[in-house]
Amino acid sequence: MNWEVVRALAEGAVRTIWLSGLGIAIGVPLGLFLALCRVWRVPLAAPLVAAYVSVLRATPLVTLALLIFFGFPPVLHIDLDPRVAAVITLALNTSAFHSEIWRASLIDFPADQLEAARAAGMTRSLIFRRIVLPQAWRASLPGMVNEMTFLIKTSPAIAVIGVVDLTRAAHRIAAYTYEPLPPFISATVIYVMVVIFLVLGQRKIERHIIKKYGIL
Amino acid sequence: MIRNFGLVLGHWDKFLTGFLNTSWLCLVSAVVSFILAAFLTVPLMAEKRMVRSVTRGIVDGIRCIPFLLLAYLIYYCLPVVGLRLDNWTAGLLTLILYNSAYFAEILRGAWSHLPHEQEESGRAFGYAGMHLFLRIIAPQILLAAGPVLGNQVIILIKDSAFLMIITVPELTYMANHVQSTYFVPFETFIMAVVLYWTLCTLVELVVKRVEGLAEVRRYA
Repeated sequence: MNWEVVRALAEGAVRTIWLSGLGIAIGVPLGLFLALCRVWRVPLAAPLVAAYVSVLRATPLVTLALLIFFGFPPVLHIDLDPRVAAVITLALNTSAFHSEIWRASLIDFPADQLEAARAAGMTRSLIFRRIVLPQAWRASLPGMVNEMTFLIKTSPAIAVIGVVDLTRAAHRIAAYTYEPLPPFISATVIYVMVVIFLVLGQRKIERHIIKKYGIL
Repeated sequence: MIRNFGLVLGHWDKFLTGFLNTSWLCLVSAVVSFILAAFLTVPLMAEKRMVRSVTRGIVDGIRCIPFLLLAYLIYYCLPVVGLRLDNWTAGLLTLILYNSAYFAEILRGAWSHLPHEQEESGRAFGYAGMHLFLRIIAPQILLAAGPVLGNQVIILIKDSAFLMIITVPELTYMANHVQSTYFVPFETFIMAVVLYWTLCTLVELVVKRVEGLAEVRRYA
């Protein structure tokens, strides 16, 4: 392995992390929004969101990437950069899963706390911001980190629309050098490191929460 | 757009081929991985610490790798050691290997959450060895793990779409083939999404039935 190979792998790794990170950054708040539509039973929006979640959870990321990159531009008459299409794909996919995680923690939220807040005269949006959200995100944390590791592991799907992510970079190096083992093993090690990093981050935040509030 | 959907539906045979290929690939790999996982839970729950941590390490290691990377490792790296597999065998092997690890972890989790009294009272009633496992432990693990196993089967179905990259003619591959021949990408991939949704919904229905059975067993 020479420097060029190392550089190509590093660029792939950075692209994987960057695009997945953007997907997560959009997907998590979008998921919360979708979950609220369902929990608050917003007319029209609630059944639409339920259908959206059901379809997106059943769609493979590869198929979704192909649909968004090849399917939508001719119908909407737009040009789409592969990297933008990749971020949209990852964000839409992960938003469906995050909405289920948020919904679970919103449904499980203790009713007596809501009643107490209402008795204190708080409005619905104030209750949500001051009472529900600060606790719901802590309950959602394990599920969210789990989903993030899943997204990282399915992110190689964006290679089908020509984005050179970590897996694609490893594949290119293998095709170029005729030695598949070193690049694929290196890529594996990088993925494992990213997953471990996420899990360690979760533990650290959990420890911090326990220190601050006594419970998770 | 309506006309394009008509064009796509005119090639229903291609979609049917892809759908059936995806279905049997997933069914075979789900069944085989489940059987392998059942055997894997024995060393995962072993008394000996050494055996336990080695299997644990292998299972966790596989669970950390992206599916596509494992497929590449099997498809491109096994020939280096002299084992050349065609794309079908490599795809099937990847699905089986990858999901055995996940299924094993799910079964281990369900087993370790099973109250110890269950096993003890089984022994008190004279059950032992294989009998104890088949009559007392296994049914409870299966009912408890049902929904999670169903989720994993849905993930398996979605991972199988990666196999298009090593040119296995499954559903996404066939859709891409129709798309590139007639250039109607939107309609073809929507069609593929609908078919995947149908498959996953079928799995969810089966899981609901098992859950219903679990409720009956628990409260009867």
